[in-house]
Amino acid sequence: MSSPAAVKVIGAFDSPFSHRAEAALRLKGVPYELILEDLRNKSELLLTHNPVHKKVPVLLHGDRPAICESLVIVEYVDEAFQGPLLMPADTLARAAARFWASFMDKECGESMWMALWTDGEAQAAAARETKTNLTLIEGQLPVGKRFFGGDAIGYLDIALGWIAHWMRVFVEISGARLLTEEEHPVLCRWAREYTADETVRQCLPDRDRVIAALTPRKELYISIAKAMAAQR
Amino acid sequence: MLSCSPTSTHHPHSTSSQHSHPQTQTDRHPSNAPTMASEKSSSDLTLLDFWVSPFGQRVRIALAEKSLPYEYVEEDLLAGKSERLLQSNPVHKKIPVLLHGGKPVNESLIIVQYLDEAFPDTPSLLPSDPYARAQARFWADYVDKKVYDCGSRLWKLKGEPQAQARAEMLEILKTLETELGDKEFFGGEHGFGFVDAAFAPFTPWFMSYEKYGEFKVAEVAPKIAAWAERVGKRESVAKSLYSPDKVYDFIGVLKKMYGIE
Repeated sequence: MSSPAAVKVIGAFDSPFSHRAEAALRLKGVPYELILEDLRNKSELLLTHNPVHKKVPVLLHGDRPAICESLVIVEYVDEAFQGPLLMPADTLARAAARFWASFMDKECGESMWMALWTDGEAQAAAARETKTNLTLIEGQLPVGKRFFGGDAIGYLDIALGWIAHWMRVFVEISGARLLTEEEHPVLCRWAREYTADETVRQCLPDRDRVIAALTPRKELYISIAKAMAAQR
Repeated sequence: MLSCSPTSTHHPHSTSSQHSHPQTQTDRHPSNAPTMASEKSSSDLTLLDFWVSPFGQRVRIALAEKSLPYEYVEEDLLAGKSERLLQSNPVHKKIPVLLHGGKPVNESLIIVQYLDEAFPDTPSLLPSDPYARAQARFWADYVDKKVYDCGSRLWKLKGEPQAQARAEMLEILKTLETELGDKEFFGGEHGFGFVDAAFAPFTPWFMSYEKYGEFKVAEVAPKIAAWAERVGKRESVAKSLYSPDKVYDFIGVLKKMYGIE
C-alpha cells in the first residue's frame, strides 16, 4: 500500500548499489529525496542510519529505522508500494531472480575485478571466469524479451544494472576485452535497452562524469586486484 | 545444544550415482543421526544436503516448521559431488538444493523464502508486513555474510590473523545481541522466524568457536546464549542439528583434509 510518509535515499552518485534503490523507486513511481554522500568522507547521517555496514544505499521511509542493503531495499519498495511488480509472479521465477542477483553480488565480483585490473596469467584466468559468468547470466534472458523481467524491467534487471552501465565504464578505463558484441551480443543488447529506458536513465550517473571520477582511481583498483590475486 | 533424539526420524539415503563414495552413509553418519521416514514425499520435495551443513539445516528447520514431508538425500561432499547435484546446481555445485517437482531451487535463504511462497498455507518464517520483512532479510543476510566465514578463519588460522577473526566474531555476536535485545526470538511479534532459522544452525558451532577463540558466548553475548538454548529446545531445530561435539569433530576432519595443525 502506498504511504504518504516521506521517502529518502542516502546514496552516492557513482554507486551501482545506490542506483538499484533509485531505479526501484522510480519504476514504482514513488517520489523520494536523494541525499548524496561523499563516500570518502561519510556523514553522521549515514553512520547513524547504517551503523552495521556504513554503506549506501540507505532507505528512510517516514520515521522508521532505516532499511539497508540494496537488494533488501528493492524488495521492500516492491512490496510496500503500489505500482507494477518488480518481482516475477511465479514462485520458481522469483527464486531464480533472487539466485541470479545473489550470484552476481557474491560470486562474480572478484573475478570481474581481477579481469579488469590485473595482467598476465591472472588476468587471463579471471577473464575466462568472467566470460563464463556473463554467459550464464545472459542465458537467463527470456528468449525474445527485452528484459530479464520480460517485457518490463524487473528485479533482476535492476540487480544486474551495474553490468549495463558501470562495467562498460570500467572496460573503457581498463582496456580489458570484456562484455563484447562478439562474445555476448544478447547481453550487450540488453545493456543498451536497460540504460536507454526512460525511467532508469534518470537515475544513472552521466557516463562521462563517472569515467572522469573513476579514472584517477585506476592505480587503486589495480592494487586491490593484485591483493586479491595474491590471496588466491 | 544437544544431539537430536527426535520424534520423527529420517534416514539419509543417497541416490547419487557414480560420483559418490559407496560407503557414504554409514561411515559419515554419527550413530545418533536424526532419521526420517524415507517416504517418497507427497509434497514432491527432495532436499540434497550434507549432514552438518548449517545452510542445509536452515532448510530442514523450515521444512519441519511447515510440517512438509520430503525426501532427504545426503551428498557426501568429502568424497566428491554426485551427478544429481551437479545437474541440479550446475552454477555453484553446492548444497542445499531443493527439488520441487524436479525443479531446483538453490541457496538456503532463497529456498526458505521459496517454501514460504510455494506453501502459503503453512506457518511462514517471514512476517507479512513489508517493513518487518525487510528487517528480517537484512539480518539474515548479515548472518550469511559474517558468521560462517569468520568462524572458519577462527579455526583455520593462527597468530595475528586468528586474533583478528576472534575480535570480529565477538563484534558479530555483540551486534546480533543488540538486535535480539529482550525478544524471545529474532522474529519478535512474529515468533520464531526467518532470522532465527538462519542463525540457529550455527549454535552447535559456538562450542568450537569458543574453544578456538578462547571466549565464552555466555559472557560476550548472554542474550544470544540464552536464545541458543531456547531455540535448541524447539522441535524443528532439535531434530535438524547435530551436537557441538559432532561439529567439533567435523572441524577436526576438515583441518586434517586442509593439512592444518
